[in-house]
Amino acid sequence: MTKLEFWQGNTACAEGALAAGCRFFGCYPITPSTEVAEHMAVKLPKKNGIFIQMEDEIASMAAIIGASWTGMRAMTATSGPGFSLMMENIGFAAMTETPCVIVNIQRGGPSTGQPTMAAQGDMMQCRFGSHGDYSVIALCPASVQEMYELTARAFDLADQYRVPVFLMADEIIGHMRERITIPDKVAQTPRRELEKGVLPFQPDAQLIPGFATFGKGYGVHVTGLTHDEQGYPCTTNPKVHAALVQRLVDKIENARTAIADYDVVNPDAEQVFVAYGAPVRTVRQVLHDNPRANIGLLQLRTVWPFPEHALTIFKHAKVFLVPELNLGQIAREIDRHVKVPVVSLPKLGGDLHTPSDLVAALEAHK
Amino acid sequence: MRHEIRFSGFGGQGIILSAVILGRAAVMYDNKHAVQTQVYGPEARGGASMSAVIIDEEPIFFPKVTMPDIYVIMSQEGFEKYGAGAPEDAVMVLDSSLVHSRPKCTCYEIPATREAKQVLGRDIVANIVMLGALVRVTGIVSEAALEKAILDSVPKGTEALNIKAMKKGIELAATAGSKP
Repeated sequence: MTKLEFWQGNTACAEGALAAGCRFFGCYPITPSTEVAEHMAVKLPKKNGIFIQMEDEIASMAAIIGASWTGMRAMTATSGPGFSLMMENIGFAAMTETPCVIVNIQRGGPSTGQPTMAAQGDMMQCRFGSHGDYSVIALCPASVQEMYELTARAFDLADQYRVPVFLMADEIIGHMRERITIPDKVAQTPRRELEKGVLPFQPDAQLIPGFATFGKGYGVHVTGLTHDEQGYPCTTNPKVHAALVQRLVDKIENARTAIADYDVVNPDAEQVFVAYGAPVRTVRQVLHDNPRANIGLLQLRTVWPFPEHALTIFKHAKVFLVPELNLGQIAREIDRHVKVPVVSLPKLGGDLHTPSDLVAALEAHK
Repeated sequence: MRHEIRFSGFGGQGIILSAVILGRAAVMYDNKHAVQTQVYGPEARGGASMSAVIIDEEPIFFPKVTMPDIYVIMSQEGFEKYGAGAPEDAVMVLDSSLVHSRPKCTCYEIPATREAKQVLGRDIVANIVMLGALVRVTGIVSEAALEKAILDSVPKGTEALNIKAMKKGIELAATAGSKP
């Protein structure tokens, strides 16, 4: 049995998190993500969960990291300025391999920019925003339905890979209301617990250590300093540092095929759009209005790790067109992986590309 | 067929709730698709407020309103900002007790705020009067669907008043007649 609803994207995000077992939400409210917090504040206490409004986004990130180490599924939600503040502790989560979910309902930046307008300007920040080398997972919903489904999946990915997972939505998808079908139940794969006799940061074959939950009897040291498999600081041994950072990257990058989530339309097309988030909606409108045209779409629901193998599906592609609400952040990534021209179709200011914008781009790049 | 409905008035009239109720009626009770959007701005209280709904039997891809074919206008400033440019083949339902301008398109004059205040005793339900009128003149959703969506959305204890307001709107629209 499923249930029909008419929900806002941000409501669907909160409900997706609750369905996935999220029971801790720490945040500092910010437009256009505030409805996620409002919904969690109402719902979490009724589910024996904890909602806490922290003093800022640095503390919000710290709160969900702490909650995660007690075994809880934990999430925060923010937008540009708050996202910038979170970067320090996002690095801490990456280094300590703490599963957590960070929702970013993107608005126009830099700085406080356009609080009520849509953007996708944080796509590179979510990949590289904290210092040092590491890898993360980022998901991009293009509908209210996907807000629900991808938020729920984010928790499984965070637990499976012990990594911060980002839900990189935008103001358009976060604020619009539309039809959504809610499943009875969301599948949950719990975190793998640390086995007896194994060191707390000793990786398995997939390069991921078992989780030593606080309060279950483990004496585990959790530090942002370079650490050995026991968890103790080991900051001057080049081999230990190189192996640790390489593993943090490889555990994600080696799994990019398994993590990848995308949708392919017209794989034989010569002109192919690659899109994620709100611009997907305009591309789908163009495909719908021009059913006989030879136009393809690669919709990326996973943007990081970048699913480059999906680009090879379009064997006849002569050009990749990339509409983004930024100045070409992912277009540049695509360009690294293909030999044919990649055309960035940037849009700044908060408006979505119109169907005629994209039809004009198809004409210009025939 | 895709219909784009734009609501405008001043902050506090329930312009956004009107759009949410209409979208909810279409999705939950008429098995259609709808996308509701709104202008988020510092003018939320008192200034011109605008919200929109797209309703279609088919899934809706492009979520933004491009050229509305139906307008619900509840203030003079809202008319000037969001209603004056309505094309000739559009349909407008306007609150004739608050808007003195008239559009080039087909227009139904509904004295919603006056009737809500004088007949129903609460001007706060003027937006529901307008929704009743809108559904009567356009058939964009069924009256049964609208009634259920209103009941889902209004505060407890105000159900009877709101249904009365909806019926008032239907009645006013039946006698308003259209003016080109």
